[in-house]
Amino acid sequence: MPVQVRIPAPLRKLTNDQEIVETTGANIGDVLNALNAAHPGLIERICDEQGNVRRFVNIFVNDEDIRFQQEKATPVKDGDEISIVPAIAGG
Amino acid sequence: MSEHQTFFSNLKCRECGSLYPKEAIHICEFDFGPLEAAYDYDLIAKHINRKVIESRPQTMWRYRELLPIDGNPTVGEQVGFTPLVRADRLAKHLGVDELYIKNDTVNYPTLSFKDRVVSVALSRAKELGFKIVACASTGNLANSVAANAAAAGLTSYVLIPANLEKSKIVGSLVYGTQVIGIEGAYDQVNRLCSEIAGKYGWGFVNVNLRPYYAEGSKSMGFEIAEQLGWKLPKHTVIPMASGSLLTKIHKAYKEFIRVGILDEQSFSVHGAQASGCSPISEAHKKHSDIVKPVPNPNTIVKSLAIGTPADGYYAIRSMTETGGSAEDCTDEEVIRGIRDLAEYAGIFSETAGGVTVACARKLIDTGKIPRNESIVLCITGHGLKTQEAIHGHVGEPRIINPSLREFEALIANDAAVLESGHKS
Repeated sequence: MPVQVRIPAPLRKLTNDQEIVETTGANIGDVLNALNAAHPGLIERICDEQGNVRRFVNIFVNDEDIRFQQEKATPVKDGDEISIVPAIAGG
Repeated sequence: MSEHQTFFSNLKCRECGSLYPKEAIHICEFDFGPLEAAYDYDLIAKHINRKVIESRPQTMWRYRELLPIDGNPTVGEQVGFTPLVRADRLAKHLGVDELYIKNDTVNYPTLSFKDRVVSVALSRAKELGFKIVACASTGNLANSVAANAAAAGLTSYVLIPANLEKSKIVGSLVYGTQVIGIEGAYDQVNRLCSEIAGKYGWGFVNVNLRPYYAEGSKSMGFEIAEQLGWKLPKHTVIPMASGSLLTKIHKAYKEFIRVGILDEQSFSVHGAQASGCSPISEAHKKHSDIVKPVPNPNTIVKSLAIGTPADGYYAIRSMTETGGSAEDCTDEEVIRGIRDLAEYAGIFSETAGGVTVACARKLIDTGKIPRNESIVLCITGHGLKTQEAIHGHVGEPRIINPSLREFEALIANDAAVLESGHKS
């Protein structure tokens, strides 16, 4: 199923400067693997050695943080918008 | 103190340990972890000890070797070394034996602990050649950036939620800073600031200068240890917004042990939040280290209303590592906390101090802080800055004509007069 993934500026070197990449997958784990197949090196920036999403990276499906859904098993459907957003410092 | 010796070598990612040069950067390029100043502790241990520190002026800069600038401080040289007050009447009221207030309501020059972080951030900003400095703020930081930048001759922009307390807005405007009010919560202000910091070459004290800025908070911990007679309190209760202050006080205590100024000793750091925005204490109470953002903070404690706390994870880790606990309290409890601190210790705190007192009371009453162990409450900002929060909760003056008869009638039934047995 085609979904759009918004890539943050620091990772765009790996996506030929594309801000939005279209890919497919039934859940976030699939989407990340598909992204990495097209843009090698991307997944190690987003996930740690155990395959978990890194602490200072947030992934949103239609503005909902996957940490409060099913993490990488969070399902995605046709037309969903996925954003990868590094945590913001401050305060 | 050597004039031009530096004791911090690099910035280092807190997650993966990658080293970076000491520039205006704050996030690891690889895994987006926060960068932190890395020090040469063995070298520092050779340069400072209790005697050396005691011989220096009473400011936060007496711990210079453990703060991340290259040369001598050029902004905020007078900041810090606020009183540590033994508060016996408040101790009795709360039912504990040994209680101290670290009183940053009288920090110089803007009456909050933020002068500590700004002093480091702007001294470093000058070393890095910035001419324009800026911040995202819930008020206290804006006041401090505005004042210290004015004194240092730097241009400043402060970005704040538009609905802040009036006294905090005036307390920035007066210094001639550019105050930008944002229609939105702090987290939205913060997000905008990180976009601005990426686009303009400005020194944002709590964005691209954050690795330097945050270290300034350690000075509060160093001072507590020194003022307590070179030992640590068994319990330190600290208000949490981003969670940075708590992690840095924890770090300060550990660093003093690391460089041999203190012996190894046990201590706990406890975190305090307002219930209307308590993502860190909620997570800690659930034994989780995943901090769930609060999209719409709702509390009178605006200075702590950060829904997405940048250091939430590390604050939880500090509390867990030291056997500390987290608590939160309602707005009513905050007001009672402010009044208790004023009526029993003579210290007028802003709302965040009310949170600290109220949460300390809960931690004591639930046995998480034993009544016979030493306690320090960190009181971080002055009450004059948030007067509107307690307006209507502290009574009104009684008005009379300038007549002795009216005065005597007025006080005739006052408890103090009846007790003293004074007769006219």
